[in-house]
Amino acid sequence: MTDNKQGDAPPAGAGGEDDPKGRGRGDERFRRREDQQRKSKSAGVRKAIQAELESDAGEDAEELDRALEAGEITEVIALRNVYLAFDEPILEDVSFVAHTGETVVVVGESGTGKSTILKLILRLLVPDQGDVLIDDQGITTLDFDDALEVRQKLGMVFQGAALFDSMTVFENVAYPLREHTDLNDDEIMARVREKLEFVDLDPDKVLDQLPSELSGGMKKRVGIARGMANNPEIMLYDEPTSGLDPLTTGTITRLIMKLQRELDVTSIVVSHDIRSAFRMATKVALLAEKKIKFFGTPEEMAASDDPYIQDFLGGL
Amino acid sequence: MPAFLTGINNKAKAKVLVVQEYFTLAGKALRFIFARPFYWGDLIQQMDEIGVKSLGIVLLTGFFTGMVLALQSAVQLETFGATIYIGRLVSAAMIRELGPVLAGLMVAGRVGSGIAAQLGSMRVTEQIDALNTLGTDPIKKLVTPRVLAALIMLPMLTIISDMVGIFGGNVIATLFVKLPTGFYWRTVWEQIASDGFIWRVIPNDFVQGLVKPFVFGGIISITACYYGLNTTGGTEGVGVSTTKTVVLASILILIVDYFITQLLLAFMTS
Repeated sequence: MTDNKQGDAPPAGAGGEDDPKGRGRGDERFRRREDQQRKSKSAGVRKAIQAELESDAGEDAEELDRALEAGEITEVIALRNVYLAFDEPILEDVSFVAHTGETVVVVGESGTGKSTILKLILRLLVPDQGDVLIDDQGITTLDFDDALEVRQKLGMVFQGAALFDSMTVFENVAYPLREHTDLNDDEIMARVREKLEFVDLDPDKVLDQLPSELSGGMKKRVGIARGMANNPEIMLYDEPTSGLDPLTTGTITRLIMKLQRELDVTSIVVSHDIRSAFRMATKVALLAEKKIKFFGTPEEMAASDDPYIQDFLGGL
Repeated sequence: MPAFLTGINNKAKAKVLVVQEYFTLAGKALRFIFARPFYWGDLIQQMDEIGVKSLGIVLLTGFFTGMVLALQSAVQLETFGATIYIGRLVSAAMIRELGPVLAGLMVAGRVGSGIAAQLGSMRVTEQIDALNTLGTDPIKKLVTPRVLAALIMLPMLTIISDMVGIFGGNVIATLFVKLPTGFYWRTVWEQIASDGFIWRVIPNDFVQGLVKPFVFGGIISITACYYGLNTTGGTEGVGVSTTKTVVLASILILIVDYFITQLLLAFMTS
């Protein structure tokens, strides 16, 4: 019984006063060991993160800061005090901003409502309170048809790629072009080939394949090609690297960075993969307890002394 | 309010909401028939899926139902020496009731389950969300072509079912009752003509026999699309949606059949 009580870790100081025969000393040792473990774990995490930060994403962040100060870039996506509840609250007072060309990576524990944020930006969900703005236009009050128009500014890559399984790769990538442009068949074919090449797929090999014939990584890449077919100014990614092997994860991460760099696309990425997140992010938003607990650059996040953030980085 | 009353209240509200959503979906699907863009390719594909590919089971069920109807009625009518009326009986039963209801039930089983499974899978694999994000209204793209295809194809399947059913009756009447084929077909026509005509050309029986499959087509397609689009719970949810579709569509077909019959009989009698 006594052992169990010790294991329950009483509040600091309680053990020493109530049990001078040694239980307090044991607690003190336990706490010291825990602190040491946390520090060494954090040091390991910082080292790994530093490696990612030393990549060129850091340079991009500096460039973005300069452009922001010079007023060369604008707010593309903004969530302002968003509150959303179904049976119980999902998000409470969530706010963050993504500027032109930024990649904001939303991280957080499972089930905290990260993907819900993407659905709010797509206006598949409407917040109970607060506002979601795209290019300074509030989208929460739009009717269904106007919302469809706003969605044409956005490209979305789903967790499972969500390719239309009754259509070939060509038909999938061509779908938004056929729906919303006046391009003729030759122009559509040229655009589809261009996008497939951009995502490092050989058009001649994959054009006529069905999604069921593709690997997980190829599906994700076709999903990205479809998302960017219409040249959207915003790309949204829901867990783009989940379920992929480390090599394919690297490929997809590089693709997202390439899209940002070469096409100046603003991106929101929901991810569990903290290494990829730190590699591609210009800003990181940490969603915890239904709120944005941290919003800043990866460097700021890595340097944070907040125990939850350190635990989160270590846990991942 | 006591907890159990609150529970009943919430359940009742949920049921009313389902009915409201069902009819909202039906209204939107029908409204989008006249809205652009219209997905002609999808309509043709669905007409093939719902109509052409259902031809086999409709032909089989219609033919054997006509035969068994003739066989059973021959046994009963022989008692009264009235086997000459087999043609009249088979044609009235097939055109007014059995043709529409059997074709409806067969299509509910084959096509209704297929639509619910397809849309349900699209829902759980986020393909419906993908359509939305690509700026396409899923109702316009997925529901309207299926509903319109069912509205067009079910009456056609019913006509075919009626024809092969009456032909099945002819086979029995000729082979077992030894009625001359010409006589059989004359009694069939006498039955059709005896109920009168609309605008002097369209037999009343045909009206009754074609209004029903038109309504059944709507019931099957909208029920399947409703359950498909509202699928939750992964692959297990797809199975649940499929089962619910077949059960509800079959029940609605039988219930609505009674009310349409009552209504049309009252209308035609007056």
